[in-house]
Amino acid sequence: MQRPADIVDCDIHPAVRSMADLEPWLERRWIEHYKTYGALRQTHYVSGAPYHKSQPNASRRDAYPPEGGPQGSSPAFLSSHHLDANGITVGVLNPLVQSQGVRNLGHSAALCRAINHWQAEIWVAREPRLRASIVVPYEDPDVSADEIRHWAGDRRFVQVLLLSRSSSLPGNKRYWPIYQAAAEAGLPVGIHAFGNSGWPVSNVGWPSFYLEEMVGHAQTSQSGLVSLVLEGVFERWPTLKVVLVESGFTWAPSLLWRLDKAFDTLRSEVPHLKLRPSEYIRRNVWWTSQPMDEPENRRFLADMFDWLGWDRLLFSSDYPHWDFDDPTRVIMFPASEEQRQAFFAGNARAVYAL
Amino acid sequence: MRIDCDIHPFVPNTRALFPHLPPHWRDTSEIRGIDDLHSVNYPDASPLTVRAEWRPAAGRPATTAALVGAQALDAFGSDIGILNCLYGVQTLYSDDLAAAYASALNDWVRAEFLDRDPRFRASIVVSLENIGMAVAEIERCAADPRFVQVLLLAGTSHPIGKRLYWPLFEAAVNHRLPVALHAGSELRNAPTALGWPSYYLEDYVANAQTFQYQLTSLFTEGVFNRFPELKVVMLESGWTWLPPLLWRIAKYWGGLRMEIPWADRSPAEIVRDQVRFSLTPTDGPADPDRLRRVLDHIGSDEVLLFSTDYPHAQFAGAEVFPAGIDEALRDRIAAANPLATYPRLAESLGGTA
Repeated sequence: MQRPADIVDCDIHPAVRSMADLEPWLERRWIEHYKTYGALRQTHYVSGAPYHKSQPNASRRDAYPPEGGPQGSSPAFLSSHHLDANGITVGVLNPLVQSQGVRNLGHSAALCRAINHWQAEIWVAREPRLRASIVVPYEDPDVSADEIRHWAGDRRFVQVLLLSRSSSLPGNKRYWPIYQAAAEAGLPVGIHAFGNSGWPVSNVGWPSFYLEEMVGHAQTSQSGLVSLVLEGVFERWPTLKVVLVESGFTWAPSLLWRLDKAFDTLRSEVPHLKLRPSEYIRRNVWWTSQPMDEPENRRFLADMFDWLGWDRLLFSSDYPHWDFDDPTRVIMFPASEEQRQAFFAGNARAVYAL
Repeated sequence: MRIDCDIHPFVPNTRALFPHLPPHWRDTSEIRGIDDLHSVNYPDASPLTVRAEWRPAAGRPATTAALVGAQALDAFGSDIGILNCLYGVQTLYSDDLAAAYASALNDWVRAEFLDRDPRFRASIVVSLENIGMAVAEIERCAADPRFVQVLLLAGTSHPIGKRLYWPLFEAAVNHRLPVALHAGSELRNAPTALGWPSYYLEDYVANAQTFQYQLTSLFTEGVFNRFPELKVVMLESGWTWLPPLLWRIAKYWGGLRMEIPWADRSPAEIVRDQVRFSLTPTDGPADPDRLRRVLDHIGSDEVLLFSTDYPHAQFAGAEVFPAGIDEALRDRIAAANPLATYPRLAESLGGTA
């Protein structure tokens, strides 16, 4: 496929060379705290992942910066190796640096604030094609709302970033201050797959393999989306935009059918909902494309785009992660020029007001 | 020929099982007030648990062979019905108490249903709290050819493909019994991977996610490689989610083969060979053309098994099939597919599987 002229990549992961990169924006006490205790999350290893990834840092081996450091840690190399090479006109940063879900809420808040400064000063200030996400310590929703308000006027920040594996289902009332602040600021809430919820990664316990963790993000994201709808988040904030990032999207049509069907039978339990679940989702929710499924017959994917709506899907590459999607190899089925333009750029420009 | 693969008889209360409990457990139940094992998987009064016209003025529906025969078989023109009891015996924590109640439930369904109407078959209910005892219960019940499969709740303590559970698959294969996972959970884990939701509606919708995790586990752990004769049946699972799940597993299998070197067939091939799904509920689109596309995505006419899910409220009226499933496929779903899935049933009808 020929490369489109305008490509907005909605999922790029900048990395720290080490946690020392954040020290310019951290109080002494948190620097010492990190050195002594680490950033403890609801998982068993002090650093690294509970399920070992397929590659070091879950990232492409060709993405190591020439000057050293892990993949995604060099702004200059990210610009040349990804933005230039793949023709990305705008890229949205989603830092997955240890911060969100850290059990010590004060530490979590300090790390999130530091990461936001780091994005602003190290990344977006130097590279005009990049935009930042407001990383919030979501297990402390009031402090998260303060963090959103702190950055809300800065147009370089285009969304609020949450992770999909929160300690409670995301529609739960305790998270509502986050949605209130995001709605007030007119910022979409991006919910990126991963995190350490404290619960097993499946609702049938801990699986054996990284493969299952990766496949399972699709199921976890389904539960999260159902919660947002049924708790009435979109009833209360009708203009709130939620972007599900790296959750997969082909599961959505069948989930919507199931959710509507069960809702029709059990609606007396949720009288606060005025619309059918699929109506809220079609109004308030978008998905990023990576990881794009690859059915043997690629035209089956076109059905998923058609059923979900071409206006709902946003291109993402997941650079520099190993399961990166190349923009020239992501739509491997017939699509109109208008559909491609919406998918690669138009939808994202509208959702993120770029 | 029409075979209904998912019918739910209801146990009125634990007292109904007392004749089938050893004296010690009967006394225990009396003394400790174990009156009922009413699972939150299906609260009695929920509109989904019982279709309105099948809800009696008092007590539970579907408690007698005569009633189930009339409402579930006669009314839908079914010749055979497979009974899947969902009474909450799987959630008991004591190995011995759970095993005693599972055995009592199997003996109750034999005495109250199988012995009273030859059109019925049943699934062997086991508790997974102790795998050795579950295997013993399979061995005990398998002597009766009217038991045609092993029944588990989809929501298990550990992913169902893990080796811990392999003795169960081995026993099932030895007796030519498919292993069924039915909607519902032992609730050793929260109903979602993000904890306990606020609403029953969320619990119910989450069953589909449970099946997705479990199918992934069965694939990755190599259960189908180790037991090529095994059939796994997903009951009340929904099935329109299947194609996208298979695409996603296949995609990550492509990148992560080193984790599961034993995988020798694609997930789609494995499903076509060894996994079956009950028809109801069809969580499908309003447009029948789209449902036809979903069937194209599945790419096999062998995976669906006819079911009403009686007395659960999944559809209105007497037409079980949704628009979009053509006549030839309906026939397969109603007879050929169940007969191929349940060899013990096929033999009892004089055919060969």
